[in-house]
Amino acid sequence: MSFNKNLDQLYRSVIMDHYKNPRNKGSLEEDSVTIDMNNPTCGDRIHLTLKVEAGIVKDAKFDGEGCSISMSSASMMTQIIKGKKIEEALELADIFSKMMLGEEFDVDKYDLGDVEALQGVAKFPARIKCATLAWKAMEKGVKEGE
Amino acid sequence: MIKDIKRYFPILNQEVNGYPLIYLDSAATSQKPIQVIEAMKKYYEFDNSNVHRGVHTLGNRATDAYEGAREKVRNFINAKSMKEIIFTRGTTTSINTVASGYGRQNLKEGDEIVISIMEHHANLIPWQQLAKEKGAILNYIEPEADGTLSLEKVRATITPNTKIVSIAMASNVMGTINPIKEITKIAHENGAIMVVDAAQGAPHLKIDVQDLDCDFLAFSGHKMCGPTGIGVLYGKQTLLENMEPVEFGGEMIDFVGLHDSTWKELPWKFEGGTPIIASAVGLGAAIDFLNEIGLENIEAHEHKLAAYALDQLETIDGLTIYGPRDANKRCGLVTFNLDDVHPHDVATVLDMNGIAIRAGHHCAQPLMKWLKVTATARASFYMYNDEADIDALVTGLRSAKEYFNDVF
Repeated sequence: MSFNKNLDQLYRSVIMDHYKNPRNKGSLEEDSVTIDMNNPTCGDRIHLTLKVEAGIVKDAKFDGEGCSISMSSASMMTQIIKGKKIEEALELADIFSKMMLGEEFDVDKYDLGDVEALQGVAKFPARIKCATLAWKAMEKGVKEGE
Repeated sequence: MIKDIKRYFPILNQEVNGYPLIYLDSAATSQKPIQVIEAMKKYYEFDNSNVHRGVHTLGNRATDAYEGAREKVRNFINAKSMKEIIFTRGTTTSINTVASGYGRQNLKEGDEIVISIMEHHANLIPWQQLAKEKGAILNYIEPEADGTLSLEKVRATITPNTKIVSIAMASNVMGTINPIKEITKIAHENGAIMVVDAAQGAPHLKIDVQDLDCDFLAFSGHKMCGPTGIGVLYGKQTLLENMEPVEFGGEMIDFVGLHDSTWKELPWKFEGGTPIIASAVGLGAAIDFLNEIGLENIEAHEHKLAAYALDQLETIDGLTIYGPRDANKRCGLVTFNLDDVHPHDVATVLDMNGIAIRAGHHCAQPLMKWLKVTATARASFYMYNDEADIDALVTGLRSAKEYFNDVF
């Protein structure tokens, strides 16, 4: 049995690195916004805590259970939004959503870094919800933190 | 036995992602033989009309086809009368009909309902919501460590206050075949009625409702080679006669006045609106097909496949199997987890190799909690699967393990 290129695109090494060594794992203690979200069709769940001060996401941590795509996406999301303004974080969520749907987005506006590795998910419709869970939680959270 | 059966299932003759399709998700929905597809095609091409009304020839043909399917169902589960066979949209609707129809009428505050932790959400939430509405108490039978139900625990949970017991004939997660006849007896000794969720039973096990003596039994057409959108609710005639309809409208009425109406006799009083005629015809054809192969043969084939699958899967390091180890205690499905690889990732890797399995919580969240997992992978078999399919699954799982553990 061999693995085709699509599978390698889905499971890029950077994704597996985030899955096996998640960044920002855990929970923030004080003055943080807490969001719990799950994907009812598959049981993935995320517990996201955000520290939002003066319109800036100062810190973010996540905990949860799920597949490699959902957990690596959460890890990358917390990494990229730290230090971003609320509107920038929301814009990143929008860009990410467009990336998952295979729609056009402004590639030059932000340095997406590791997040770019998730582009391959767009070719696996059944897995898009895995990737977007953390971003949806973040969107909800920063809006609450405003 | 069941030689060359794949040729009856056109869908199986295709490649998926560049590999021959190996379909191991029949517990979610089974594939359809050409006989079922043809029967529905023929119905639409020659006989389509509304039933139980109109004087014209097509109307008669459609009515005969629809009621003919009902007789096939009656015979399939050995019910006494066609009055006891109600066509529904599926198992979920059937169980909800009992909860809303029988439950609302007969339950009062403090009464008890007994189900088990291994129930599918379709046999859990209707009772949970009924209990909330009525102030009744919902009690759960906890399975044994091996995923079976012990009659001691059944006896300890069902009390004289229990009014309804509802249990799956077979677990859609652990594959456990439950002792329905014995549980029914215990329910009746305590004055409770027995409801059976046969969604995972009817496709695989011979059912005799008179022998089981259950009061209601629900199943779906689409898991037993039939089309989607059709299911069955069996109920004992006296119980159904005393039950009010759940849906009101055309087809189910006798006389309609401005301020009151009366209902048709059984089974039609529970079939409001234009029924699911073509799908009933398809279900009838599915039953003919199952009878031709023989439920005993299907059951034996699946026990054999389950035993083979358990043996083969156990050779994979780090693979955990849920449910009874004894293949004779289970139907043809195996639920498992692979260490360090999430079931979704397992399912995606297998799919890229043409193998379809299910991953997730299988609509059984309380059971997942009891098993202390958030999700599992499930391979489920039917008459058209063979040892070669299981070999491919095992090879795929080994590759998935290597891919995730070694490549990264």
